[in-house]
Amino acid sequence: MQEKTLMKGNEAIAEAAILAGCRHYFGYPITPQTEVAAYMAKKMPKIGGTFLQAESEIAAINMVYGVASTGKLAMTSSSSPGIALKTEGISYLAGADLPALIVNVQRGGPGLGGIQPSQSDYFLATRGPGHGDFHVLVLAPASVQEMADLTGKAFQLAMKYRMPAMLLADGTMGQMMEPVVLPEPKNPAAQPPAWAAVGTEGKRAHNVVNSLYLDPLTLERTNFERFQRYAQAEREETMWEEFMMEDAEICVVSCGITARVSRNAIVEARKRGIKVGMIRPITLWPFPKKPLFAAAEKVKSFLCVELNMGQMKQDVELAIRCKRPVDLCCRVGGMIPSPDEVLQKIVKANEQGG
Amino acid sequence: MVVFEKPKALTDKVFHYCPGCTHGIIHRLVAEAIDELDIEGKTIGVAPVGCAVLAYDYFACDMIEAAHGRAPAVATGVKRSMPDRVVFAYQGDGDLASIGMCETVSTAARGENVTIIFVNNAIYGMTGGQMAPTSLIGQVTQTSPYGRDPKTQGYPIRVCELLATLDAPQYLERVTVNSVKNVRNAKKAIKKAFQNQIEGKGFSLVEVVSACPTNWGMTPQKALEWIDEKMLPQYPLGCYRDKDQEV
Repeated sequence: MQEKTLMKGNEAIAEAAILAGCRHYFGYPITPQTEVAAYMAKKMPKIGGTFLQAESEIAAINMVYGVASTGKLAMTSSSSPGIALKTEGISYLAGADLPALIVNVQRGGPGLGGIQPSQSDYFLATRGPGHGDFHVLVLAPASVQEMADLTGKAFQLAMKYRMPAMLLADGTMGQMMEPVVLPEPKNPAAQPPAWAAVGTEGKRAHNVVNSLYLDPLTLERTNFERFQRYAQAEREETMWEEFMMEDAEICVVSCGITARVSRNAIVEARKRGIKVGMIRPITLWPFPKKPLFAAAEKVKSFLCVELNMGQMKQDVELAIRCKRPVDLCCRVGGMIPSPDEVLQKIVKANEQGG
Repeated sequence: MVVFEKPKALTDKVFHYCPGCTHGIIHRLVAEAIDELDIEGKTIGVAPVGCAVLAYDYFACDMIEAAHGRAPAVATGVKRSMPDRVVFAYQGDGDLASIGMCETVSTAARGENVTIIFVNNAIYGMTGGQMAPTSLIGQVTQTSPYGRDPKTQGYPIRVCELLATLDAPQYLERVTVNSVKNVRNAKKAIKKAFQNQIEGKGFSLVEVVSACPTNWGMTPQKALEWIDEKMLPQYPLGCYRDKDQEV
């Protein structure tokens, strides 16, 4: 067990990635995630790893693609506008069934937007992380501890399912400092996986890392096979946390920093006798549909608290098949709701009674 | 006695290239270099998007298919992951000099220890003959139907000369494959570009001025002549950088 240390969220990601055995980082400067690159720039050369400041976000994700093709853990980190540029490479990673970690410390948008916290890339991460029919694993940390823990988890799942994983944090998570217990170090894998392009050594037929299938039937088959893996990930890897849900009549759904704010609001509402709890999705893909659907049997209404115009609300409505009303408490553009703003929404939901 | 045989570094897959296309010759030269240096087992190739997109089927070494223009970035990732491996990218003019120019220049500027084979036939072949960054002034293509007009469509890019302004590259040479003599020179340059990497010398790029009879609308013979008549005046053959030769 390692000791508790005080770290910034972005630094916790970087250190946790190294502890998970990642030795290859490629990035491009963008606020508010620069600490990840700065940490890697300091540390990687000291441990025989690669830190490379790429010429562009697109080059960075393609360098990740190159390392991933050799079967090793590789990562890049960026923030919203930079992630949009990476979507080409993310699609190719998915199409070639390659594992990789993409960190998105989200800022407000669209366009150049702002540099303050946001969760407005929820759709980008869960719906359209690139062209074509595919998913990436999406993990949403709500503390610096989870920034570290979910970084390791993301690498492990990406390797297991041979698919890219995205750590979807918001600017607050990246910038805040909290005590964190770092995970035990893992060594990089000694042997490359059988599919990796590492040189035949004259011992086998050539490996080809590729996403091009000109025969439509073959391409269809690769899509079907990939979605079987996705189905397994949905069955086995969905993560969420329930808070005060035992007797709840109102269910708050929130992730990241807004889940932290909502927690305070829920505690305050409970003092006023309002039966409210929270389901906090930790994986946004796969989305915790089952616990939400089960909650819809018990609660009168749902309240989504988000830093976007209600992107996750759509997933909640789908998960509960619109059985109960779903209200939205949101701030955007870099604004964060106060616990009191969330409390007022809870009070209103309680008065309406679903 | 065997006088000529298919190099071992090529698979038995039949090329899809058009009659008279010089990709076949260039593939063979790359494979011969790999054979002669005995590096097939430790070589990783990166294929482009364009006519050579299926190169991963033809080279017997491990292969990676890159997104359009991104081969130098992918090759960088592979080389950083496995510095003891020989990594090459095989790219056309649209891939390397248009959509991937940023990756090309930056990889060269870093002096990345990789080998790039750049096939310049002054046209986008795979998509049916559109204007390329290297298309000649006045050249008629699908997207320059009245001939490339520099007023609205700019001038062709000379890649070797452009990269020669950078400090880092070890070796930049332009060759062609329209005659036996030129093929032999091309072979020497390609082999040297691999040898440089093995010796850890850094970025090497060989530009091969190539023919596209189909999209140029010529017979294979006429296309080879057109290289001499039109392409080489714009793209003079020769060595644009060889740090071995510098004092």
